[in-house]
Amino acid sequence: MEGFGVTVAFWILAAFTLVAAAGVMVARNLLHAVLFLVLTFLGIAGFFVLLSAEFLAMAQVIIYVGAIAVLILFAILLTPRSGRQNSETRFALPATLLAICLAAVFIFVIFDADWSEVEEDPSLAASELGEALVSTWVVPFEIASVLLTAALVGAIMLVRSPEEEAEDALA
Amino acid sequence: MSIGIEHFLTVGAILFAIGLMVALSKRNAVGVLMGVELMLNAVNLTLLAFSRFSVSERPITGQTFVVFVLTVAAAEAAVALALAVSVYRNRETVDVDQINLLKS
Repeated sequence: MEGFGVTVAFWILAAFTLVAAAGVMVARNLLHAVLFLVLTFLGIAGFFVLLSAEFLAMAQVIIYVGAIAVLILFAILLTPRSGRQNSETRFALPATLLAICLAAVFIFVIFDADWSEVEEDPSLAASELGEALVSTWVVPFEIASVLLTAALVGAIMLVRSPEEEAEDALA
Repeated sequence: MSIGIEHFLTVGAILFAIGLMVALSKRNAVGVLMGVELMLNAVNLTLLAFSRFSVSERPITGQTFVVFVLTVAAAEAAVALALAVSVYRNRETVDVDQINLLKS
């Protein structure tokens, strides 16, 4: 990818996304961590636009920022007495070391490998994605919809209160 | 200077490492879930970078994969948060160190 605009956009997005992701780690209040997570999701959506996947950028904003972040906020607000502390367990140091080692290995491999790159944009339209989903990938697509239904029904079953279950047993 | 596939993959790798760090070290179960979401996002970014830059017959496959990852991430978030609420109802805590009923 050549061009001044693309380069500037990439570096701004990279700094924004990584700082927001680090904020998830260092924020002391769990609610602040969720807000940093939302910023990270928005930065990723920006990367998707940069990689010319506009439809997925929109899906990212709607699903992650719109649905999953709100779901996480609900989960925090539904567990009020457990505290809003975003502190670490005693595994904090080993986890940090493991993450640094993993990132070092990944970055070494990424810059060592000889990637065969196409320079021109494949310019994939959203309609192509739709066609691929209902032709080549139709079986995984249907399985994904079954998985989503099963997961949502399971989630509803898990959070029912004991009184509701007793009512259902009587009916 | 031009932006190549390495740059996107590096951002994805660092993001994955941060997500792993969050998922392994947070005390609150919801915090652990946030780490998992970060890792899934890093993988999505990597898949799209390959979809954009790789020499391939059908570059749309990378985007298709991202759609499936998004779906599974939504399902996973719903179930995990339901589990957190359910554990909280029984134990009054979502601290992963205190959820140790199976420990003798």
